[in-house]
Amino acid sequence: MDILSYKEIELKANSIRESIMQMLLTAGTGHSAGPLGLADVFAVLYFRILKIFPTDPWSMDRDFLFLSNGHVCPVLYSTLAEADFFDKSELPTLRRMSTRLQGHPHLKSLPGVENTGGPLGQGISQAVGMALGLRMQNRRNRVVCVTGDGEHNEGQVWEAIMLAAKYKLSRLCVVVDRNNIQIDGFTEDVMPLNDLKAKYEAFGFHVIEVDGHNVQALSEAFGEADSVYERPTCVIARTVPGKGVNFMERDYHWHGIPPNSDQAREALKDLRTLRGRMLSEHE
Amino acid sequence: MNNMTSLHPEFLKGTPLMAGTREGYGDALLEIAQTDEKLVVLTADLAESTRVLEFAKKYPERFIECGVAEQNMMSVAAGLALAGFKPVVSSYAVFSPGRNWDQLRVSVCYSKLPVVVAGAHTGLSVGPDGATHQALEDIAITRVLPGMTVVVPCDYEQTKKAVKALVSASVPSYVRFTKEKSAVITTSETPFVLGKILPLREGSDVVIFAAGPITVLALQAATELAKSGLEVAVVNLHTIKPIDDFGVLAYAKQCGAVVTLEEHQLHGGLGSAVAEVLVSTYPVPMEMVGVPNTFGQSGKWELLWEYYGLTVAKVKEAVEKAVKRKNKND
Repeated sequence: MDILSYKEIELKANSIRESIMQMLLTAGTGHSAGPLGLADVFAVLYFRILKIFPTDPWSMDRDFLFLSNGHVCPVLYSTLAEADFFDKSELPTLRRMSTRLQGHPHLKSLPGVENTGGPLGQGISQAVGMALGLRMQNRRNRVVCVTGDGEHNEGQVWEAIMLAAKYKLSRLCVVVDRNNIQIDGFTEDVMPLNDLKAKYEAFGFHVIEVDGHNVQALSEAFGEADSVYERPTCVIARTVPGKGVNFMERDYHWHGIPPNSDQAREALKDLRTLRGRMLSEHE
Repeated sequence: MNNMTSLHPEFLKGTPLMAGTREGYGDALLEIAQTDEKLVVLTADLAESTRVLEFAKKYPERFIECGVAEQNMMSVAAGLALAGFKPVVSSYAVFSPGRNWDQLRVSVCYSKLPVVVAGAHTGLSVGPDGATHQALEDIAITRVLPGMTVVVPCDYEQTKKAVKALVSASVPSYVRFTKEKSAVITTSETPFVLGKILPLREGSDVVIFAAGPITVLALQAATELAKSGLEVAVVNLHTIKPIDDFGVLAYAKQCGAVVTLEEHQLHGGLGSAVAEVLVSTYPVPMEMVGVPNTFGQSGKWELLWEYYGLTVAKVKEAVEKAVKRKNKND
């Protein structure tokens, strides 16, 4: 995989956002806010950071991307398609009977799906197990695990964090999608996480806080994470839920619902014209 | 007439060797480790009690102490399986698969990963720790999961073989064992085939399907009932899932009356599994012996078995009832 420039990554992220809106519209079910918010993180990871092989998806030399907040899989699927793991024409099959694009990811159902995710907390534990297993074999592959901030309500997440710190799994990088929303409302109203950085540091991680929509900053954050040898790292990516679609941004109601066709039309217009600031080829 | 070749000579003499099924588990792991470098063992702060402490000392680089965090332990085991290892997860059954059943269901079974879940301290024979630690529902909650293999070994020798077979099979699986030492019923030569019944005693009047150390009650009951002319077959049904439906059917047809025996709730365990086979193919009078829909309590295990009806007398009663119903139908 070639490493893309920041400009090229921003374009990829935008394309990923469009795919997400289209696939959710077709499916008529699924999560909007998280996937839109994570598009930049995924673009940076898949086009600049991770060692991946779309034509040899299970190569033993690959870096691993585990998704713990499995419900945001539209961003994973869209990114994998964008990165040529499979054809984009399959994206509209999300959540349909017999699809490879299950509503919550099923291990190996698609090239590039490294874990089953859905019940919160299980993905990060699996990532810890993978990182430990790789280290036991003296392998230096990276394991990046994307998690949700609301997900940190689950005790299992902290169990996993403790074990990772115990074994100093420095090839493990946990990404937190700090979008401040969960199903029942804002995280700080539902179950306050307060100072997540301090918590992770107290648990023995190296923590980097970063603007989750600045591709250069994200790239540098993952670079910093890669250079930490003594402990696992956590990248807290501050994101706007629903980023890129004006009427969705910062509204927790969009956590678990897809756009209808009018809304999708509006959303795609936003994405294609940078909110009316430029002309789109679609017009 | 009686298939006694599977049984241990000391047991037949009435002076059985006593050994712990959890010892069988720990010893099996040590033996497997010698030739299989993929084996890794995890525990949730119960190394000594689940008999993996020797493994931990001998193979520290393959042992993962997870602390009291069973949910994490189960999913970490799944992650290790993804990395190419064969993980075995050790804790008390009430906690694993009790507490981490979601993780067993999703991280392991739905993901089809080769994790062996070892459930220690099952049955009432856990004793003084009391109800919170006595797993009586573990067979039910594991056999219901698609893709699970569930084994209930009857003694030290069978536990060893079962653990070896399950690690080698590389499928999601559950094996339960007990706290107390129990009679060594079988020998190291007794065959063990995953998914196949093990007949221990032949007979044609009634068949008792039993698994676990409690199988001795079935053998004892059969011996006593022989004196009054009843020939009771005893079949060790160590593999609850996948159940040997042909074997179960064969003995149901041969005897025409069935009794099941388990150190587990009456609902959902071995008895239910047998009933599921027979009810649509060959329904015969069937009586179930087990824990009657109640939690246990603290106490000496012998007194608990007595109190909750896990006795030779209760087994004989069930046999006689089944035979009576069979004769009424004839």
